[in-house]
Amino acid sequence: MKYTQGKYLITAKTAIAREIYSFEISCPEVAEIAVPGQFVHIRTGSFTLRRPISICGIDREKGTLRIVFEVRGEGTAEIAQLKKGDTVDMLAPLGHGFTVDPKFKKVVLIGGGIGTPPMLPLAQFYGEKAVAICGFRNSSAVILQDDLKKSGAETILCTDDGSAGVHGFVTEPFSELAEKGGIDAVFACGPMPMLKRIAAICREKNIYCEVSLEERMACGIGACLGCACRTVRNDEEYFAHVCKDGPVFNAEEVLW
Amino acid sequence: MADMSVNICGVDFKNPVIPASGAFGYGREYEELFPLGKLGGIATKGTTLHKRTGNLSPRIAETPAGMLNSVGLQNPGIDHFIDVDLPYLLTKDVVILANIAGSTPEECAEAAAKLDDTEVHMIELNISCPNVKQGGAAFGTSCEMAAEVTKRVRAATKKPLIVKLSPNVTSIADIARSVEAAGADAVSLINTLLGMRIDINTGRPILRNNVGGLSGPAVFPVAVRMVWQTANAVKIPVIGMGGVSSGRDAIEMMMAGASAVQVGAALFTDPYAPVRIVEEMNEFLDNKGIASVRDIIGSVKPW
Repeated sequence: MKYTQGKYLITAKTAIAREIYSFEISCPEVAEIAVPGQFVHIRTGSFTLRRPISICGIDREKGTLRIVFEVRGEGTAEIAQLKKGDTVDMLAPLGHGFTVDPKFKKVVLIGGGIGTPPMLPLAQFYGEKAVAICGFRNSSAVILQDDLKKSGAETILCTDDGSAGVHGFVTEPFSELAEKGGIDAVFACGPMPMLKRIAAICREKNIYCEVSLEERMACGIGACLGCACRTVRNDEEYFAHVCKDGPVFNAEEVLW
Repeated sequence: MADMSVNICGVDFKNPVIPASGAFGYGREYEELFPLGKLGGIATKGTTLHKRTGNLSPRIAETPAGMLNSVGLQNPGIDHFIDVDLPYLLTKDVVILANIAGSTPEECAEAAAKLDDTEVHMIELNISCPNVKQGGAAFGTSCEMAAEVTKRVRAATKKPLIVKLSPNVTSIADIARSVEAAGADAVSLINTLLGMRIDINTGRPILRNNVGGLSGPAVFPVAVRMVWQTANAVKIPVIGMGGVSSGRDAIEMMMAGASAVQVGAALFTDPYAPVRIVEEMNEFLDNKGIASVRDIIGSVKPW
């Protein structure tokens, strides 16, 4: 089994920032096979399309997944209405995740805003070998910094307006780290301009880089071909699909 | 347990529920969830003579009770389908409807001729894709063009030929009569209704192709009406589709005159939709004491 669909119990719900919610979901068969970078596809009460939400935590012992999502529209607003004790209809785990390789000695995790949640399971895997650089609009949008610290990762916090951490974008502290060298891999999720800049830095410094992309999606499993993104494979341009070939891609394959 | 089997153009279906072309790929992704043999048939992803890369993203937009798509017939080409996907599908104990499309009648005919040498059960000729610039819907919106492409494909294959019709026309019944006269063995309808959404913050259409095809529950009553009008206009079987999401919808579509139904957008809400629909139809028939699903085909009693 690669993925399954079912109704799963929400065992905890917290609002962790304005319009950002964290759910713990009991789904042992999903937790058993999920890997960092994959996502879950959640059915809303009234819309035709499910909502893809990245996985923020995998606990195989407890048999739970954690998801953290922002209310972006009416669909996510409906999901945010669910409470502890309710069930959530998920198709999961979906997609191709990040590389987890114990041989990597130093990795950099970069999360932009709501791109931060998929960095947490990576931080938990890489622990002290990871530096997590996270950027947010302002101090009230900051999420998951304590969780990242608890994983053992070094954290660098940036805000666009300087209201918390370093004033500026994640690309600045990342450039400095890249300059120093010794990075085996970079894993990033966030807005396209941020990913594009990070991929360019990695290419220049010859650092292996994986990015997690977003696209409007329907089936979630690679059947409908809705969520196309331009990539290069075997020297040929190819419309890959974010739901099945991604969401995580080798940055070198993406046609920015 | 009602008898769920139907026969269309001499082909036996164990039940009348068929995932629609484009929503189901070539089946592999859904087989992770249920055995494909539970389905009546599978209408495969629209396939062209040569491979097509499809349209730029975004290809999907949400709408009230439905969605727009403009995938643009991304597919690996008919040879790949015949070599890789069809042999796999033919092991699944399910009727395979190979959906083909093309930019010219010649391309459609050539693809059909290649399928004629295979074990595929039926060909569904798409003359109604709204998302490609040449061919596509252009064939499906005039009676003359629809007849011309049907005639060419008819001459290229002995397989049962279903022609999939566009709803973006003044009279779908007229188009259906034209393709019937040109040699179609059945018609399937409706393909998607052309639609558009605009992001009011940017002033840009949500779809990169500006416009795309509307599907989902929003189109269901339009589809029922068109199936009813078409079934009254032709003698060949009609396969109904457009917003079918439940067993009740499928029963309604068949009462309007459909011999089978296809299920598309509902798969995106519930990936088990076709399997669930078969169960729900069976339950309805049992509750009503109807012995065979065939008894409801065209059974509407219009005022």
